[in-house]
Amino acid sequence: MPTVTYRDALNQALREEMQRDGEVFLMGEEVGVYQGAYKVSRGLLEEFGPLRVVDTPITELGFAGVGIGAAMAGLRPVIEFMTWNFSLLAVDQIVNSAAKMLYMSGGQYPIPIVFRGPGGAALQLAAQHSQAFDSWYAHIPGLKVAAPATPADAKGLLKAAIRDDNPIVFIEGEMLYNMKGEVPDGEHVVPLGTAEVKRAGADVTLVCYSKTVAASLKAAELLAADDIDAEVLDLRTIRPLDIERLIASVAKTNRCVVAEEGWEFCGVGAQVVDYLQREAFDSLDAPVLRVTQADAPMPYARNLERAAKPSAERVVAAAKRVCYTE
Amino acid sequence: MATDTRASTRAQTDKAAEQLAFFRRMLEIRRFEERAAEAYATGGIGGFCHLYIGQEAVAVGSLAALRPDDYVISSYREHGLALARGMSMRAAMAELFGRSTGCSQGKGGSMHLFDSSLNFLGGHGIVAGQIPLAAGVAFAIRYRGGDQAVVCFFGEAAVNNGAFHEAMNMAALWKLPMVFLCENNRYGMGTALERASAIVDIVERACSYDMAAEIVDGMDVWAVQAATARAVARARSRSHPTFLEVRTYRFMGHSMSDPLHGVYRTREEVEEHQRRDPIAALAEELRASGVADEEALEAIDAEVKAAVEDAVEFAEESPEPGPEALLTDIYAE
Repeated sequence: MPTVTYRDALNQALREEMQRDGEVFLMGEEVGVYQGAYKVSRGLLEEFGPLRVVDTPITELGFAGVGIGAAMAGLRPVIEFMTWNFSLLAVDQIVNSAAKMLYMSGGQYPIPIVFRGPGGAALQLAAQHSQAFDSWYAHIPGLKVAAPATPADAKGLLKAAIRDDNPIVFIEGEMLYNMKGEVPDGEHVVPLGTAEVKRAGADVTLVCYSKTVAASLKAAELLAADDIDAEVLDLRTIRPLDIERLIASVAKTNRCVVAEEGWEFCGVGAQVVDYLQREAFDSLDAPVLRVTQADAPMPYARNLERAAKPSAERVVAAAKRVCYTE
Repeated sequence: MATDTRASTRAQTDKAAEQLAFFRRMLEIRRFEERAAEAYATGGIGGFCHLYIGQEAVAVGSLAALRPDDYVISSYREHGLALARGMSMRAAMAELFGRSTGCSQGKGGSMHLFDSSLNFLGGHGIVAGQIPLAAGVAFAIRYRGGDQAVVCFFGEAAVNNGAFHEAMNMAALWKLPMVFLCENNRYGMGTALERASAIVDIVERACSYDMAAEIVDGMDVWAVQAATARAVARARSRSHPTFLEVRTYRFMGHSMSDPLHGVYRTREEVEEHQRRDPIAALAEELRASGVADEEALEAIDAEVKAAVEDAVEFAEESPEPGPEALLTDIYAE
């Protein structure tokens, strides 16, 4: 199986889906001539031309709405946000138009659209460029939210997202774009709503997604040195959430830590904990703990930023607490 | 000469038929809205309800210039537009009543009338939110190489919103086949145009985007039809957008909670505009040209009122959505 970067895996997914379906097009800031702010769309303008790879003005609300309108007319847009931080300007269109159109039209207007781009923090980009809005979008009925952690999942989930008839919030990671991994050539589709055990274990479940998967895998190695056998469960899709695999894993390990990039309050982990206390109460041998970003805007200073982010060390500490080894 | 006479007679007949059709359609909207106001007062209709009374010439004139495969999208003051586009009074009234037989199965209500069979892309509740959507539909037309047009309706208060400017810029930049149809009824809820906009001649907004634009008398159904036809032709033949500032007036309050003239405008001002009632003007035209006398017009009114009553009865007798409808159509399968 070829080894490719997360960036190129996304590029493969876009290219293959655009080749497969003439109604799929890519629109966003710098996606064409510039080849993508993070080069995810490299080469697509040359292959598909300016009608299907559309550079926009810096006008997030506007082009998000244009994408949704195009979807109402039957096209299948992929709208790139240079980063999800800028999507705040487009929230009205994502929430009020994309997420609700099918419902408030009594089923007449599905919105098959993908909004994609990197979310969460990179390195020292400070408060306005380092935000994870995963839980904001996952809160909204009508949206699906995917956040792949590996190159193979990036490709497979993006292909599934483009083929889905619903609005998809697709959250990538700037810090993941250079990650390399094995990616199947050609047809490789990962169904939305399926979590995956990235490392099997018996003592504690580390629930994670996107960038916290790498942190959790590293944490699992560190825990192994202390004879704690951690299972790493990558949610891959936040909404719909794979409750079945979540419950199954915790039923096996009886202990759980949830790691996410966003803030703690009303975060994705809060929803995971809610499912666990309702559906797996009798399986739990300890309270579920969460590892999140510090409850503060992201600081610039390197040391403070490091302290603010979820890390393998913090996952290890939480795992040891739920295993009552500390 | 004989041929010319026959052609001229036919033209007169066509014109008379169109006059009568426009009169009936405008009256349908007026009577529908009056009856909706009654049903609102007695509790049959809930929520927000924004009436179109006074603006009927805009809907009827503009939509008469479209083909069935063109697209229409609007703000939340859209009952009149839906009816003018061809939605049945039954489907519209049942939606206002929140019944399963409504055009949006009772899940949209007054502000969200949709009918995909008419390419009626809905009423939208956030001021200016529908304008980028319209640009997207126009983008899709251009993408597929079609010759349809999109007409996007919004009030004059929307032109101070960023979504309007973002969509105007992209439409002009990308030469999208659409018509920005601004229904300038002078008030954004209770705020007069002069109190909200640095530019009082809304049409000047189009200058920033080097877009073709016109001021149109929205109380004259023929002027609206002609201007829309010019704009649509520009969209079809050259894929250029047009901005139309259609000057009209809302005879009723902003919504049902707003009294007729409120504290933000005077009774005299409302009455002055009511003297230019577009339906009365067309009735006068029909009488003056001898196409219809008072008796004929009253007969039309009686038929329209009966149709509105039928729509209300249909709505009242229709079932509410079943409990299962709460959780359907959230996601497409």
